[in-house]
Amino acid sequence: MEMKISNAAAVSMEWRQKKSRKPTSEKIIEGIIRLGGLSSIVLILAILFFILKESFPFIMSKFDFKEFFFSTQWNPASVVKIRYGILALLVGTLLVTIISMLIAVPLGLACAFYISEFCSPRMREIYKILIEFLAAIPSVVWGFIAIMMINPLIINIFDVPIGLNILNASIILALMSLPLIVSVGEDALRAVPETYREAAEAMGATKWEIATRVLLPAAKSGLMAAALLGVGRALGETMAVLMATGHSIQIPESIFEPGRTLTATIAAELGESPKGGEHYQALFAIGLVLFILSFVVNISADYLIRGRRK
Amino acid sequence: MFRPSTFLIDKEIRQKKFANLLSTITFFLFLPALIIIFWLFIKGYPALSWSFLLDDPSSGMTKGGIFPTIVGTFWLVIISVIVSCPLGVLAAIYLSEYAPDNKMTRLIRLAILNLAGVPSIVHALFGLGAFVLFMNMGTSILAASFTLAVMNLPVIITSTLESLKAVPHSFREAAWNVGASKLQTIRYIVLPNSYPGILTGLVFSVGRSAGETAAILFTGVAFYLPFLPQSVFDQCMALSMHLFTISTQVVGVPESYPFATALVLIMLILSVNSVAVVLRTYFRTKRKW
Repeated sequence: MEMKISNAAAVSMEWRQKKSRKPTSEKIIEGIIRLGGLSSIVLILAILFFILKESFPFIMSKFDFKEFFFSTQWNPASVVKIRYGILALLVGTLLVTIISMLIAVPLGLACAFYISEFCSPRMREIYKILIEFLAAIPSVVWGFIAIMMINPLIINIFDVPIGLNILNASIILALMSLPLIVSVGEDALRAVPETYREAAEAMGATKWEIATRVLLPAAKSGLMAAALLGVGRALGETMAVLMATGHSIQIPESIFEPGRTLTATIAAELGESPKGGEHYQALFAIGLVLFILSFVVNISADYLIRGRRK
Repeated sequence: MFRPSTFLIDKEIRQKKFANLLSTITFFLFLPALIIIFWLFIKGYPALSWSFLLDDPSSGMTKGGIFPTIVGTFWLVIISVIVSCPLGVLAAIYLSEYAPDNKMTRLIRLAILNLAGVPSIVHALFGLGAFVLFMNMGTSILAASFTLAVMNLPVIITSTLESLKAVPHSFREAAWNVGASKLQTIRYIVLPNSYPGILTGLVFSVGRSAGETAAILFTGVAFYLPFLPQSVFDQCMALSMHLFTISTQVVGVPESYPFATALVLIMLILSVNSVAVVLRTYFRTKRKW
């Protein structure tokens, strides 16, 4: 009934708007609002355009698909032979992302289950504020923590010469993406209708059974989206990874070896490469790869979340 | 007498164990955060003083204070918020009050989502290509702030949209029924009722931009400048960048310096965020619907 009334109100409103002529000032302001609405589309296209624009000469001339994606040699400043192969960087990015997610996803989802299902409302508020604070710690501070805290810890515990390596970066990334995974995961669990829980409880299910047999399947896509958003975060993280990975271009053979990621390479080298030069354009080409990777991850996460709502 | 069967008791015990396990995991996930902040505080506290906050760095950044970096961060954050706030609020008003349910709106939502997910270093590349080079701003405060503004836009849109949607539909209907136009309704009914939410979102985005490093790296921030910025076309130093510089690029910095810098940065962000949290709680209790 209420729905009908609000529809009627909206319809009569539309009708009145069409009938009466709006003053020009109102039209202008509404035009500005409409333009503002388009801003995000314009910006995302502009980002793509400018990255393409700066990397275009490189992609057209020097770009060799096979070398770019399958060579581990990244020697932009070499005197002998300049090579642009991002395989080692790509592997570095994927390694730290995967390892950090192996740590963060199970823990984060367990945490989301606890906060959403087992926690008292008071503790939930406290945890939520803590999550916000954790999410607010900037990446450069995480990088600093990686150097000053995790680095000596790894050296002491595992008895290795350097603590700035893949493991360090993965730990930092896991800590960084936890708040996001927990809060999105918790949202997904909260979105499961209360009646599901009540029905299960009425049949004598314990909370454990409700969590694993009812909530997990019901919130599956939302939880997967939480994990994917964590992946997106880890993939694109720059400063913390730049400071934690140890910065050497190679495919690491163990998690105790240093490596380098796509993002860190851009951050480290863009300042030194002359503007408009080949190296500079190659770095923009890496940016393009990153843009596409994050695009795919984000679209999939959105698809999963939408799928849940249908 | 009626007693639960052993099967049910087992179940009960298992459930308790499960709940305990989860609570332990959660507790230990948040423990590191608290330890880290505590530890930064202990290590950085000795170097904190008024002269550390108010002096210029000297002797190749191994002595002196961090005053110019605080000034720079302040400039960057203020200008970026001035740029992104109107744009973000307009976009949110469009999405909440005007946008029809069609493909275009779906595209806009996707664009916002992706804008929020683009890695910060890609934003830096964009800022370099678009603001520094194409618009000829040079590496300047203006270019860096614009880059930050683009990064913040999706955050501001999302938080504003949420607070606009929280205004009950009946408020709008009441306004329409007394003859207010759509725009008047937005101006006099919807916006005043959602100011608190919009404000909270803005304060959160201030905290976010204060800590951002990668996006301003090539667009307007210098490692070291002997003078304060005179206009928005100058470069500046920034707190976050300074922390990166003295902890990785400069040798011979006394150990407490980077700790103190990190502490100042974290305290700055946490206090800004606390303001947002307090604002939110305050307005939530005051809300009339």
